[in-house]
Amino acid sequence: MLSRTADNLYWITRYMERAETMARLLDVGSRMSLLPSTGEGYLSEWDSLLQASGTAEGFDKKYGEPVQRNIESYFFFDRDNPSSIASCIGSARENARIVRGALTTQVWDALNGAFQEMRALERKPRSEVDLSYITDWTMRHSALLRGAIDGTQLRKDGWDFLNLGYYLERADNTARLLDVKYYVLLPGVEFVGSGRDNYQWTTLLRAMSAHRAFHWAYGGEVTARKIADFMILNGASPRSLRSSVEGMTDHLDRLARGYGRSSAAQSKARSLLAEVAELTVADIFDEGLHEFLTRFIREVAALGALVHEVYLSGDQR
Amino acid sequence: MILSVLHTTTYRYETPVRGVVQSHRLTPSVFDGQKTLRWKVEVEGGLAGGAFRDGAGDWIQSHSVHGPVSEITVRVSGDVETFDLAGVLRGHRESVPPEAYLRESAFTRADAALVELGRAAVDGVRDALDAAHRMSAAVAEAIAYQPGATQSQTSAAEAMSQGQGVCQDHAHALISAARSQGLPARYVSGYLLATEGEGPHEAAHAWAEIWIKGLGWIGFDPANSCCPDDRFIRLGSGYDAQDAAPIRGIARGPGSESLDVTVAIQAVQQ
Amino acid sequence: MVPTYFNEMYHDGSARPPYRHLENWTADMPAELRSLKQAEAEALFRRIGITFAVYGEGGDPDRLIPFDMFPRVFTNAEWTKMERGIKQRARALNAFLVDIYGRGEIVRSGRIPARLVYQNEAYEKAVAGFVPPRGVYSHIVGIDIVRTGPEDFFVLEDNCRTPSGVSYMLENREIMMRMFPALFRENRIQPVDRYPELLRRTLASVAPAKCNSEPTVVILTPGHFNSAYYEHSFLADLMGVELVEGQDLFVEGEFVWMRTTEGPKKVDVIYRRIDDAYIDPLCFRPDSMLGVPGLMDVYRSGGVSICSAPGAGVADDKAIYTFVPEMIRFYLGETPILQNVPTWQCGKSDDLKYVLDHLGELVVKEVHGSGGYGMLVGPKSSKDQIASFAERVRADPGNYIAQPTLALSTVPTFVNEGIAPRHVDLRPYCLVGERVELVPGGLTRVALTEGSLVVNSSQGGGVKDTWVLAE
Repeated sequence: MLSRTADNLYWITRYMERAETMARLLDVGSRMSLLPSTGEGYLSEWDSLLQASGTAEGFDKKYGEPVQRNIESYFFFDRDNPSSIASCIGSARENARIVRGALTTQVWDALNGAFQEMRALERKPRSEVDLSYITDWTMRHSALLRGAIDGTQLRKDGWDFLNLGYYLERADNTARLLDVKYYVLLPGVEFVGSGRDNYQWTTLLRAMSAHRAFHWAYGGEVTARKIADFMILNGASPRSLRSSVEGMTDHLDRLARGYGRSSAAQSKARSLLAEVAELTVADIFDEGLHEFLTRFIREVAALGALVHEVYLSGDQR
Repeated sequence: MILSVLHTTTYRYETPVRGVVQSHRLTPSVFDGQKTLRWKVEVEGGLAGGAFRDGAGDWIQSHSVHGPVSEITVRVSGDVETFDLAGVLRGHRESVPPEAYLRESAFTRADAALVELGRAAVDGVRDALDAAHRMSAAVAEAIAYQPGATQSQTSAAEAMSQGQGVCQDHAHALISAARSQGLPARYVSGYLLATEGEGPHEAAHAWAEIWIKGLGWIGFDPANSCCPDDRFIRLGSGYDAQDAAPIRGIARGPGSESLDVTVAIQAVQQ
Repeated sequence: MVPTYFNEMYHDGSARPPYRHLENWTADMPAELRSLKQAEAEALFRRIGITFAVYGEGGDPDRLIPFDMFPRVFTNAEWTKMERGIKQRARALNAFLVDIYGRGEIVRSGRIPARLVYQNEAYEKAVAGFVPPRGVYSHIVGIDIVRTGPEDFFVLEDNCRTPSGVSYMLENREIMMRMFPALFRENRIQPVDRYPELLRRTLASVAPAKCNSEPTVVILTPGHFNSAYYEHSFLADLMGVELVEGQDLFVEGEFVWMRTTEGPKKVDVIYRRIDDAYIDPLCFRPDSMLGVPGLMDVYRSGGVSICSAPGAGVADDKAIYTFVPEMIRFYLGETPILQNVPTWQCGKSDDLKYVLDHLGELVVKEVHGSGGYGMLVGPKSSKDQIASFAERVRADPGNYIAQPTLALSTVPTFVNEGIAPRHVDLRPYCLVGERVELVPGGLTRVALTEGSLVVNSSQGGGVKDTWVLAE
């Protein structure tokens, strides 16, 4: 397939996964803001969200004070924010329009439908659109698209690139969300293990739609270690780093088989998977969760660069 | 006369580029005024593309280099036996009709001064050949030879108003003036053997050809106030310098490119 | 004098035979159903993603071309004659191109002035002396035809470069069949859906000499911001070929290659939807980012085919148009089947005088204009508009031609008030390769504004499904 087509397919899903993460972040923010403030020294939860999504500077320039209404606008509607849900859906749909011929009608309908509805939402008065609606709306459309891809796309290389986009973005996003919780949200080390700390972890689990699954798997109190195990190492958890890396490895293996040639991206994914498969929670906390996550994010980015070099750039011989 | 040519062009890229493609018009024309004895165009690490003779009679060949690469050298070498035909392009086969060379191009668009120069040359002269000679002389008069005064993107009109330029500007101005008077004219690129003490010489040279009914294409070199003789080697032609360029190329990649050209033309001792 | 227009459905007080089945169809259709169907059609178009962005106008990039459900119908006999005329014209135009890039006999014989050919902006010196595979320059010839009476068909203009709109021909039919299957049972309508396969075959048939296996065909688009991108992607999809941008192709050695996830793949035939000036920065505009550097060298040395061939535009120039009947006689030794519209060349002083004296009655067009821009429709213009246009013509007469305001035929069209006649034209698409062929149909464009004669989509025109009935 044309390298640029593969690139467009890969970015459709990366953008959609990113849109979903933004919705989850908004959800985290709104739940945390429901917790009463208990004293000085707290970062505003909304402010930490901006830090988390790496968009604080852009927001500050445009709106100043991080109040909920502005944050919602910025995260959902604002086209100046390249990571806003509207921007992500717009970019995903534009990538899809470019490769319309490589998508089934159902996949195109799912994306184009989301795009058209979003434009209708944009025209509504802001007071009529509440936060829980837009987060639900985003997740619903995201799920619809994923279902359409899974249910209708031919199992050929295009399908692999669509999935690679999902898994790569998800690995990165999950690592960032964890890191944010650990490194940014909590105002100081003295709060580790506090009620606030636990509340934040729980909220994070909810945002990852993993709250109940977690309790089934682990039970009892929510602790950083359990969560790390669940979100990093547990192969049953759909958003865990391990699941994401497994997904990437599977699809890179499929590509290599289909094309009859192995690739540097495939070896990289395999070695990353081998590492994650052998790790224990103790190893991670020995290294330091933040340090581990930072390194992991870098590894994922390197893998992304290899995928680009091998398949998407068109320079490979 | 037998002229020996050694012409190297080196492109250096600040950051290695992903690939380079060039289109070369670097082979001597086939006509009664020159006979190629030996000729070679080499591109280091390059892959030669399909070669062909175009409608204007030029031999064209592309070369591509697969990157990453940070330096490319095009090396042209050979010997050509030349004859003085007093500028007449005799025995040259081409299928582009002369009328096609009445078309304006960005570099040769005539302004009032160029139209006036052309008109003055034609005025009272019945013979087109005479008029062309007068035009060539007038261009040499109007634009003093001054390297560095103009750039490769300077138009005929700009060079005229500046009153300074190099062979490219002379050729553009002459083409522009001739076309303004309904005489088909074109840009020719080639080589020139430098002789001492007779005005400016650029070994990589350019001049103009004007179509004279009954005679055909005649070369005029305003820069040297002459018609091309056996010191000249003709490579190819076009509407203007860009269209007739011996090398047109593009590198894929960011960063700047620098160019190093050396040309040596010598008469072979016989 | 109020001109009388030929109504293709109602003539002499009754419905003409090809439209007979449609009388009941509309009579039986209640207004509510009609608006329901219209909405359904619009939703279908939007869902498919078939949109049209007007170049440089900004606004909604997802605008739809209005689709009118009332079909336009030709009898088999009408079509057969038109088809012969179209093929004849397409052959003559290609013979002309081969000639002017070769020996130029038609110019030498004095039938066409050299100036109009060799100083034409569309003339490409770069392809002089080069004969493309099978001697075909224009592989898809779109011929715009208007009708003024039962037997009167005129060619308005030829499009030899990359005529657009064929996706509408196909989609209009698709949508009509989905919405009104009964109509297709009652009327014996010839199908048009073979077009993509015929196009692919046509393109494959002009593969270059150096191609010695099943040729790889691609469509080269300027990119997804182009107003016709939908059509490019639609055709690529239906033909089963890759849709590429300039950046997806590169020249190496004697061939053109495309960048794929499995490494470089050789490309043999390029159906380009990019103008000549932009296809190769090493041969044409050096600042073009849309093209493929070195493409023209590969083309001229027989390593790839470009459709349409660079330089094909000379044949569809509005100043050359006048000479097409002459070409038919000169190259084919035949009598033209389709007539030209009488045309005045403002570059000629007699013609210019006539045109300036009769601006109020004429349609004046720029020689190189397209899309209905830069034109004056005399009878529909104010005194001021006419006066200011006269200035433009005087300033550069050679740039304008004029034609009488034709009494374009009308076809019933759904409008707010019900059904009313609206003016139409027709663009069939003739394919020229190993064979010369076309599918029975074309794109009917309709001027939706009452009384308007401008059918261009950029000027508020709509489209209709075009039927050719079986015998």
